[in-house]
Amino acid sequence: MTTTLKPETADQVREAVQWAGGNETPLEVVGSGSKRAFGRPTDLAYTLELRALTGISLYEPEELVLSAAAGTPLAEIERALAGANQQLDFEPPDFRRLLGIDDGGGRGGTLGGAIACNFSGPRRIKAGAARDHFLGFKAISGRGEDFKSGGRVVKNVTGYDLSKLMAGSWGTLGVMTEVTVKVLPAAEKTRTVLVMGADLTAAVEAMTVALRSPYDVSGAAHLPAGLTGTSEVSYVREAGGAVTAVRIEGPGPSVEYRCEVLRRELGRFGQTEELHGMNSSLFWAEVRDLIPFAGAGDRRIVWRISIPPQSAPAVVDRLAGRAGADTLLDWGGGLVWLAVEAADDAAFDEVRAVVAETGGHATLIRAAEEIRAAVPVFQPQADAVAALSRRIKAGLDPLGVLNPGRMYAGV
Amino acid sequence: MKMPEPDREVIERRAAIATALREIVPGEGVIDDLDERRAYEADGLTAYQTIPMLVVLPETTEQISRILRYCHEEGIKVVPRGAGTSLSGGALPLEDGVLLGLAKLNRVLDIDYDNRCAVVQPGVTNLAVTQAVSGEGFYYAPDPSSQIACTIGGNIAENSGGVHCLKYGLTTNNVLGLEVVLIDGEVFRIGGKHLDAEGYDLLGLLTGSEGLLAVVTEVTVRILRAPETARAVLIGFPTSEDAGACVSAVIGAGIIPGGMEMMDRPAIKAAEEFVEAGYPLDAGALLIVELDGPETEVDDLIARVEGIARKHNALTTRISENEEERERFWAGRKAAFPAIGRISPDYYCMDGTIPRHQLPKVLARMNELSEDYGLRVANVFHAGDGNLHPLILYDANEPGELEKAEKFGADILRLCVEVGGVLTGEHGVGVEKRDLMGAMFSEEDLNQQQRLKCAFDPASLLNPGKVFPTLHRCAELGRVHIHGGKTRFPDIPRF
Repeated sequence: MTTTLKPETADQVREAVQWAGGNETPLEVVGSGSKRAFGRPTDLAYTLELRALTGISLYEPEELVLSAAAGTPLAEIERALAGANQQLDFEPPDFRRLLGIDDGGGRGGTLGGAIACNFSGPRRIKAGAARDHFLGFKAISGRGEDFKSGGRVVKNVTGYDLSKLMAGSWGTLGVMTEVTVKVLPAAEKTRTVLVMGADLTAAVEAMTVALRSPYDVSGAAHLPAGLTGTSEVSYVREAGGAVTAVRIEGPGPSVEYRCEVLRRELGRFGQTEELHGMNSSLFWAEVRDLIPFAGAGDRRIVWRISIPPQSAPAVVDRLAGRAGADTLLDWGGGLVWLAVEAADDAAFDEVRAVVAETGGHATLIRAAEEIRAAVPVFQPQADAVAALSRRIKAGLDPLGVLNPGRMYAGV
Repeated sequence: MKMPEPDREVIERRAAIATALREIVPGEGVIDDLDERRAYEADGLTAYQTIPMLVVLPETTEQISRILRYCHEEGIKVVPRGAGTSLSGGALPLEDGVLLGLAKLNRVLDIDYDNRCAVVQPGVTNLAVTQAVSGEGFYYAPDPSSQIACTIGGNIAENSGGVHCLKYGLTTNNVLGLEVVLIDGEVFRIGGKHLDAEGYDLLGLLTGSEGLLAVVTEVTVRILRAPETARAVLIGFPTSEDAGACVSAVIGAGIIPGGMEMMDRPAIKAAEEFVEAGYPLDAGALLIVELDGPETEVDDLIARVEGIARKHNALTTRISENEEERERFWAGRKAAFPAIGRISPDYYCMDGTIPRHQLPKVLARMNELSEDYGLRVANVFHAGDGNLHPLILYDANEPGELEKAEKFGADILRLCVEVGGVLTGEHGVGVEKRDLMGAMFSEEDLNQQQRLKCAFDPASLLNPGKVFPTLHRCAELGRVHIHGGKTRFPDIPRF
C-alpha cells in the first residue's frame, strides 16, 4: 500500500524529505505522474507528488522569462504564454496516450516534470532541448536542505550550471520546488512541406537537404507508409504512402518564401504538398506525442533512439526487419522511434548493439513493468561514467531517498 | 586575493617533477626556464600574476591522461590553460602547480556537414572553427570578442557567449560531445554527433566549470548554416532609458534579432574616435540591431524595428546598405574595449547580467558610484539578454586606483545581484569574482556545488583557488546531518 504525500508548499517538501532522510525511507518523486509508466519502476511505500505545488510566480513576456512552482500544470503554463503569443520553444511532449495513462484529454504533465525528464519535441533540432531553456531552480536536496542554482537571466556563468544537471535527472538529485525557464515568441506563421512517397534513404537525404539549407527548418520527420493512417490531417492520412515533412516557422513573408524554395528543392524526392496553420500544428503534435504508436490496442515495446542523423538508414535497416516492427523518424533522422512486438525479448541486445556502433543511445520508453524492472531502461554507461554518476548521486542524495533506482540501479 | 597556501614540499621537488613530466612529454613540451615560464604568468586578467612552477604542453590525449595521473598520484596541483584570454583569472597559474597548456592540440579532426557538426581539438581557436566550415556556408555560433585568439577548450571551460547569444545560444547550447580526462587520468566520452547525451547531463555540467572538474581533450560542436542575409541598424537615442525601452518593445513584438547591442555616450565617443564607424555622437545611447534571415524577412523586420524605434524617441536611424557597412557598424562595438584603452591608461571590464527592465536603475546607481569613487565608467551592453559590461577607467600608476576600481566593480556586481541579476554573464568567476559568490549563493548552495567538485576531483588538485571562496574538505562536505532528524510523520496532505 503506497502512501502519497502531496505537499502544497516548499516548506512541506523540505519536511517530507527530512522525514524520509531521518527514517531512511526512500520516496518516489513525481509531478503529476504523466511519465510514470516510463523508466525503471521504483516500487516504494511512499510517493512525494508535487501536483499541489502550483502557481506562476513571475512572468515577464518582454524579458522572455517565467518562474513557476514545479508542479504547475503545463496546461496552465501554456495558457499563460499563449496570452502573450509566446511558447515553450522546446515543445514538451505529452506521452500519456503512448504510455496508456488515462489522460482525461487536454494537456498533461507539469513544468517541473517536463524539465526533470528533459524530453523535447520536433523543434529540438532548431531550438534546443528542455535543458537549453532551463535558467534556474530552487530545490530540496537529499539532505533535506534548500539549495538553488542559476537565476532568471539567460546569460549566467556564475558557478557550476546545476540546472543542466537537474534537467534529465528524473528527480534523483533533488526535489525541485520552483523552476525558471526561458520562453520565446510563438511563430507568426507555420507551414509544412510534405514530400510524398520517399523511401527511408531518400527521406533522410531530403531532410538533410532541408537542414543544410539556410531556411531555418524547425522540424523534419518521416512517417513510413504504414504509419500515416492514424493522422487527423487528411493530406497525411490519405497519402497512400510514406510522408516526409519539413516545418518552416517565422514571420509571414519569410515563411512563404522559404516554403516555396524548399518545395522546389525537395521536388526531386517526390510530389510535394503544403500544410498550413491548423493542419501543420496538428501534424507536429502527432509526431511530438508519438500518436502513430499510441493506438488503443498497441502494446508493442517502444524504443527512443538518438543517433547521428546520417546513421538512420543503416540503423533502421538492421532493426525494422523484426516481425511487427515499425519506425518513425524525427529530428531529420537523429531520433528514431522503434516499435517491436511485446514478446520480442531478443530485440534488447540487438537494439543496444546496433545503436552503440553509432555512438548514440537507446532508451526503452514503453514496456511492461516487469520488463522495465529486468532490463536497463537507459543505455548502459561506460564504467567511468557510471562510477561518476554514482559519486554525483552520493554527493547530493547520500541516503538515497530520492527516486532511487529510477534511472539506473544503485543511482 | 588570497590563493591557497603554496605547498613548499612540492616546490622543492620541482626538478624531479620536471624530469618525470619530460618522460611523458619529450622534447620541448616541458618548460622549466624562468623567463619562458614568465610568459604564462597571467591570463586576460592581468592584475594578477603568478609564475607557474612548470609548464607542460602535451600533444595527445594519452599524454594528458598520463600527466594528470602522475600529478594525482604525487599530489600536484594542475591549472589547465587554452589561449589564456580569460578575463576572470581562470587560467591564473599557481606557484606550486603545473600549468597544462592545451594550445598544441589544435587540429580540426572532422567536419561533417550532413550531420551538421565538427569535431575539433581543444586548442583550435573559436574563429578557426567558423573559418573551417565557412566555405560551405556554415559557421559556429558563439562568438566571444576574443574569438581570434580564444580556444574552444577555453570556451567550454567558461561557457563563452558573444553578441549572438540571444538568438543562437551560448557555448553550452552548441556543444554535442566531449572527450575529457579526469584528474586520476581516466578518459571518457560524453555525447557525440547525436543530440542529448544520456544519463546525467555531464556535458552541461562540464561546460562552464572553469577547468575545475576535468580537462577537455576533444569537442564536437554544432555548426549552423549561415543565414542568407544579415543587416544591421544603428539607432541613436537621447537616453539609455529610451534605448532600453525600445529593446523591450522589439522583443515584446515577437522579434528576436540576431544581435542587439547598446552603448552609452562615453563608449560611443571612444569607439567613434577610434574606428570611425559612423556612430551618432549626439546620442545618449546607441543601439545596434542585427536582423538575419532571408532578404524578405530582414526587410520586413527592419521596417518593424524602425517603427518601434521611432515610437521610442529615436534621433537617428541608419541601415547597413552592404556587407562592408554592416561590418563597419560592428567594428566600433567590437573595438569598444581597446577604444576605451586609448582614452584611459587602464580599464577594468565588468560582466554582470541584470533583468533588462532594471537598466535605468542600474545605470543611475552606477553614475552615483562613479562620482563617489571619482572614476569614470563607460558601458557596453548585450541589450537583448541583459549582459552588462561596464568599463571602469583608472590609472594603475596612481597609488590606490586599482583597488578603488576593484571596489567599484564589486559594488556594481552586488548591485546586479540585488536587482535580480547575476555576478557574471560570460567571463566566469575565476579568481576575480570568487569572493563575491556569497552575494548570490547561500553556504548550502555553494556546498552543493563543491560536492560535485568532490565527485570529480576529491583531492581538489584541478585549478584550486578559483570559483569557491571557501574550500571545504570533501570528507566534511560528505557528512550527513538531517535537520531535526525527524521521525514523526510530517503534517502534509496525504492520500
